[in-house]
Amino acid sequence: MSVLVYINSNNGLHKSAFEAVTYGKKLGADVTVITSGNADAATLATLGNYGATKVLVDRALNGDDAQQLTRLIATAATASGATSIVFSHDIIAKAVAPRLSVRLKAGLISGAIAVPSADGTVNVNVFSGKAFGAVKVNSAVKIISLLPNSIQPEANGAACTVEDFAGNAGDSKITIVSTKKPEGEIPLPEAELVVSAGRGLKGPENWGMVEDLASALGAATACSRPVADIGWRPHHEHVGQTGVAIRPNLYIAAGISGAIQHLAGVNGSKVIVVINTDAEAPFFKAADYGVVGDAFEVLPRLTEAVKKFRSSGH
Amino acid sequence: MRIFVLNLRTIENNENMKILVCISKSPDTTSKIAFTDNNTKFDENGVQYIVNPYDEWYALVRALEIKETLGGNVTIVSVGSAADEAIIRKALAIGADDAVRIDAEPTDAYYTAVQIAEYAKSNGFDLVMTGKETINYNGSQVAGMIAESLDLPFVSLATKLDVSGNTLTLEREIVGGLEVVQVALPAVVSCAKGMAEQRIPNMRGIMAARTKPLQVVAPVAVDTLTSYVSYTMPNAKSACKMIDPTNMDELVELLHNEAKVI
Repeated sequence: MSVLVYINSNNGLHKSAFEAVTYGKKLGADVTVITSGNADAATLATLGNYGATKVLVDRALNGDDAQQLTRLIATAATASGATSIVFSHDIIAKAVAPRLSVRLKAGLISGAIAVPSADGTVNVNVFSGKAFGAVKVNSAVKIISLLPNSIQPEANGAACTVEDFAGNAGDSKITIVSTKKPEGEIPLPEAELVVSAGRGLKGPENWGMVEDLASALGAATACSRPVADIGWRPHHEHVGQTGVAIRPNLYIAAGISGAIQHLAGVNGSKVIVVINTDAEAPFFKAADYGVVGDAFEVLPRLTEAVKKFRSSGH
Repeated sequence: MRIFVLNLRTIENNENMKILVCISKSPDTTSKIAFTDNNTKFDENGVQYIVNPYDEWYALVRALEIKETLGGNVTIVSVGSAADEAIIRKALAIGADDAVRIDAEPTDAYYTAVQIAEYAKSNGFDLVMTGKETINYNGSQVAGMIAESLDLPFVSLATKLDVSGNTLTLEREIVGGLEVVQVALPAVVSCAKGMAEQRIPNMRGIMAARTKPLQVVAPVAVDTLTSYVSYTMPNAKSACKMIDPTNMDELVELLHNEAKVI
């Protein structure tokens, strides 16, 4: 079975790309990667390590325009005869995969969290992570958009070829006026470790404690909805039902009570640590480890403990 | 400038701008989630349906704000049964001018999107707006599918939207940041947090909604490309292990050796 994996290589290759190629390899032996832009061939060839047979790159196409990428991927799907097309479920995939679904009349499974089951269905999160749904595709070609951090990349040491490809992507109707990108921050949906805080921190001036712990761990920072609403933290840090849904390996929440809407955004986390002064906070029911205590004392203490741990060679 | 007369004219003033806002029902965010029929169907017993929050708070309210400043018309479209008219009336109570219900079960995103696209095509709109996703299926699929069906540009996850003449200026989320983009109408936009503030319908709005036009149209024949075969609930968490707040070394040790996450 022929598999096509779309990878965005405009900002280097991230773990989510390796996950998507690994996923593609589990669907079929013949994995072609389609990408665009100026990434150098040696970098792209490393995708062979995760199961790609060949990488097709459209050097004429720059940027992330959804209409252009849809045309590019459709051309590559036809050229490679792919019956499965894989994306990493990021912001680009959310714009491109639905378009591609209509263009190819191929069923789309958004936010897959596992490889297909024996009956061919694929599990996704539904009801904002409160349940899983098994989805079946009724069309000959299927598109699967894989939620980051759902599978581990598997390296096999193989190499692959990199070929130029003309994707006939056409023009973009959208003009980019400006881009704001905070430097050096870990994108929240991709982060493996996340430190989050809520109203219990009493004010934005106290976020230094959260940032200190995050930096000691190498974690991204997040917050609860009220904190974003009152402007203590930027909206893109808000995790929960109406914010970002994340599934890191470790989620540390300080001063967040754990309303059902907040849990919906984080209950895919593998391990949850809750720090709260109120022993009755509902979040403890969803936690793996709980600390009843004042975040103002516990967070700096935890930061020191992490620093000690990291400096001992971990 | 309507979709069906693409590029034949531009909007001289925005008096007659036509905005189509797509809404979906979703269970109230506090609903208990359960399944019936051998875990193949969502258990609607005791579930209160609301307008999907992203559709209501961001897409609808921003559409109304544009109309209030520039003039024009805001139409609601929803694919659903007669039972779903309650949420459509809610959207009318918040301030939409009229509504259309496409009389069909929204079996999957493709089916739903093609129904809405067909309606948009034959009625002509300058701007189609949706929420960024529904809170029950979270697929984030319908808006992009509408855009492709209409061969229109699609700005996803927009957090800000301004209209000037024939041009939209939007802020949208990109990987790790924000981008400001411009696009000429007609276009499709999916709306995320930041676009507008929630509005509570007042009594006058609720009364007016009763008599606003709500047209029911028959669906077109469309295939369903995906189906939900069954549902499972996550495994219950084992009891939370409590750690002494003065002993954070223990927590670090457990995260390393037991949970193996650091």
